Amino acid sequence: MHTKSLTQLVEGLRSGEFSAVELAQWYLDRIERHANLNAFITVDRELTLAQARAADQRASQDAPPLNGIPVAHKDIFCAEGMLTTCGSRILGNFTAPYDATVIERFKAVGTVILGKTNMDEFAMGSSNETSYYGPVRNPWNPELVPGGSSGGSAAAVAARLAPAATGTDTGGSIRQPAAFCGVTGLKPSYGRVSRYGMVAFASSLDQGGPITRSVADAALLLDVMAGFDPRDSTSVEQEAPEFTAALGQELSGLRIGLPRQYFGEGLDAAVQETVREALKVYEGLGAKLVDVDLPNSELCVPCYYVLAPSEASSNLSRFDGVRYGHRAEHYDDLMDMYMRTRSEGFGAEVKRRIMIGTYALSAGYYDAYYVKAQKLRRLIADDFDRAFEQCDVLMGPTTPSTAFALGAKSDDPVAMYLNDIYTISVNLAGLPALSLPAGFDARGMPVGLQVIGRYFDESRLLNVGYRYQQETDWHDRMPAGIE
Amino acid sequence: MAWETVIGLEVHVQLLTRSKIFSGAPIRYGGEPNTQACAVDIALPGVLPVMNVEAARMAVKFGLAVDANINRRSIFARKNYFYPDLPKGYQISQFELPIVGAGHLMIDTPSGEKHIGITRAHLEEDAGKSLHEDFHGMTGIDLNRAGTPLLEIVSEPDMRSAQEAVAYLKRLHTLVRYLGISDGNMQEGSFRCDANVSVRPAGQQEYGTRAELKNINSFRFVERAIEFEVERQVERIEDGGEVVQETRLYDPNKHETRSMRSKEEAHDYRYFPDPDLPPMVLSEEFVEQVRATLPELPQARQQRFESDYDLGHDDAAQLTADRDTADYFEAAVKTSAGEAKTTANWIIGELSGYLNEENREIADAPVSADMLAGLIDRIHDNTISGKIAKEVFKAMWQGEGDADAIIEARGLKQISDSGAIESIIDEILAGSAAQIEQYRSGQQKVFGYLVGQVMKATKGKANPQQVNEILRKKLDG
Amino acid sequence: MALAKDTVYRIGRLARIHVGDEEADRYADELSRILDLVEQMNAADTERVEPLAHPQERSLRLREDEITEADQREAFQGIAPAVEAGLYLVPKVIE
Repeated sequence: MHTKSLTQLVEGLRSGEFSAVELAQWYLDRIERHANLNAFITVDRELTLAQARAADQRASQDAPPLNGIPVAHKDIFCAEGMLTTCGSRILGNFTAPYDATVIERFKAVGTVILGKTNMDEFAMGSSNETSYYGPVRNPWNPELVPGGSSGGSAAAVAARLAPAATGTDTGGSIRQPAAFCGVTGLKPSYGRVSRYGMVAFASSLDQGGPITRSVADAALLLDVMAGFDPRDSTSVEQEAPEFTAALGQELSGLRIGLPRQYFGEGLDAAVQETVREALKVYEGLGAKLVDVDLPNSELCVPCYYVLAPSEASSNLSRFDGVRYGHRAEHYDDLMDMYMRTRSEGFGAEVKRRIMIGTYALSAGYYDAYYVKAQKLRRLIADDFDRAFEQCDVLMGPTTPSTAFALGAKSDDPVAMYLNDIYTISVNLAGLPALSLPAGFDARGMPVGLQVIGRYFDESRLLNVGYRYQQETDWHDRMPAGIE
Repeated sequence: MAWETVIGLEVHVQLLTRSKIFSGAPIRYGGEPNTQACAVDIALPGVLPVMNVEAARMAVKFGLAVDANINRRSIFARKNYFYPDLPKGYQISQFELPIVGAGHLMIDTPSGEKHIGITRAHLEEDAGKSLHEDFHGMTGIDLNRAGTPLLEIVSEPDMRSAQEAVAYLKRLHTLVRYLGISDGNMQEGSFRCDANVSVRPAGQQEYGTRAELKNINSFRFVERAIEFEVERQVERIEDGGEVVQETRLYDPNKHETRSMRSKEEAHDYRYFPDPDLPPMVLSEEFVEQVRATLPELPQARQQRFESDYDLGHDDAAQLTADRDTADYFEAAVKTSAGEAKTTANWIIGELSGYLNEENREIADAPVSADMLAGLIDRIHDNTISGKIAKEVFKAMWQGEGDADAIIEARGLKQISDSGAIESIIDEILAGSAAQIEQYRSGQQKVFGYLVGQVMKATKGKANPQQVNEILRKKLDG
Repeated sequence: MALAKDTVYRIGRLARIHVGDEEADRYADELSRILDLVEQMNAADTERVEPLAHPQERSLRLREDEITEADQREAFQGIAPAVEAGLYLVPKVIE
């Protein structure tokens, strides 16, 4: 059952081949069997089965197509009545009293919450090692990281512990783990998916999106997730098209831009080779390759490591032990309560970023850091505008290398940050981007191909990914050892 | 040495919107704690702010009323600091680009009108309240007020005395109530004032070091706090000391200001544009629509009252001090045939007296403008005398109906039939031989006694003018 | 750029993050390395560039002034660390 695509599962539910309860049961059992991957923070069997039973009762010809499909959600989305930890100790006891808009939308079409997936604490990390609830292991090799921050979701989909999952992407947190785990990940355009109820990391960069086995499945999920939300002032007031309807168009004449800067120094040879192979597939489909320039893209990491921590330092101020979440047990006075609560509640990486952000915004440094980074942000966004004058989509590697070993970079924040060098600029510009499984390196670890689209051009982006997956079967490969 | 006082004011005006500035929670004063604080107000993880259009309209309305530049593009910023009544750990405010730019207000001073510059006015959200009653040594936090829209109005340091500061505050207070953007209730904190006060030797150009006085929530306290602070600063300098730039709290009980240095420790607000709120861009059309809703402003109205209704400066000022009173006056004048001056006197005198006594607002006075107009008409057409009118007014206040009904029911109609009056006078005179004698021998005051007798006999209803005439004719005959 | 330990303590206080004596050096070192990375920004000439705060630079949508939220105190305070009489309790705030 777990080898079926979403479309096949929809068909199976509709034809009565299996019920939503049987389907949920099947996946719950798999999650239990592969608990060593640590892909989930919370699995509430009773709640999941109750939702599945309700879906079975609703099932009829009129029920929405995804009725009864189990979906795993990154533990950053508030789900009413469920623990929502965001990978942090400070929210270790936080039962959300409301549903995020994304969760509400999934509930409205009848899907079942399979569980809350593990993640880097407050989505700050590229390896899932910053989670208070322990690292997630890569299903392709448990000694390696799954990527992050949506590592739990990516690992769950890769190991077929969930038919599909949600993630969020602030600097690559959907695409990078999707690449490391050999699954499909889409970061939608900024403003496409509501951020309401998604615990904020860096508000001007965060965006929720699907992590799935295939592009076709991603389109199905995006159809649910996308759309205007009056509760989010950055949600774009525009009806989302039907993304599944856009799949299957011819690619002849498609102009694919190859940013010179994405194929330079620092790129692993195997990754480079795999991406070149993928490009040949596109050429075979009638696409043309064009060299383009993103001259400021190398500065995206420094730019990002000012903006994201600055916003985060402010966003995370609400975790003060007053209204919800962890509060230190012993304290002398108010200041001491704040200090102890936050120092106990946050992990090392989160504290580092809060400190950096606080410093960057502090009196005397604001112009040199924050304003400078915002100016650079414009240059980076302008680079994309110019590149898209010459092409329809951009392609390159999702990451400079494949998955690395647990612990390999956890002591060197800067080395860790550089992992996101190809993904970050997309967030700075607010563009949509896809990571597709494109092959394996010599160690058998998956390689991701990144496809970047024009703003709000997800339909084309998904079609471009879909056509590739019709020609290749990388996305159907399952990790050895995961039966 | 002669010292000059320099004062600038920062006034926080709570805007009269139904819902909060960034959430759909209601705003009501005095509710059960934390019952009007929604997910956004208590800053649950993941919630987001959405701006209330009415708050923007009200800010623009104020800006237009003080001839200010409206910044068609303004930015919401985060002011970061930790405090238990600030749930997000930052306050959404405006910093670099406020919605209202430079404008001005005119105030009356003993030496004539004075121009007070307004630097800016910006929108922001209010914080909650810390209740310091003892909860086993803990402080209680009520977030009902969190997210209430505030307009912070910052003046130029243009005031030179505590009296000028009070005059400015009163003008501002009248204005915001006129515009209908605030109830201006100082006890409930809808109108709060901080004062920046400094002194300098008369004639010196540079400003002295200023102290910021917080928590002065009545006109009287503003005056006293500033006067105290000026005295403190002058004494300090004359004793060879220096004024320190700091925040000081006014204590009305002890009548002193004291330093709040503890609160200022390491303040660094780390303002930056709120990434949850893109720039607020208002169209020309939006601003024009607001302009069309502007009422006649108090100063213009006062001048019009003086010229159109022939009222004195003080009467016109009193009647226009708040919009409801001015509206009441105009409504009464419009429907009454009597003189505007009579109407003004009744409002400033009788009506205000009753309102004060019962601590009521003119808007819910039991005597409406129409009812007062009806009463004045009966005075005007001599149906009743001014004295009887007071009795009728009291009856109207007590809900006995309008003037005509009361006059009818109580038989208060004035006797204007000269035949009837004459026969009553004859009766009185027949029994007053002694008084007639006295009058004729030159004791004029007896005349008053006789008029009184007639009025007594008619229970005050005889037309006093006719009584005078007929009596005089008979006695002098 | 190397951060002084004093700065680390100051930032910690501002951010309400406790920095122990034994941690200060480590923070100073890590934050300095991040700042070195960040300062690569200076390679770009941004003299005449306007800052970009939001992707795509949209303007703010304004909502109608309507009451849409009902009282949920019970649910909200059910997850609070300390409440009494409907109030959130914190260590004494000294004015």
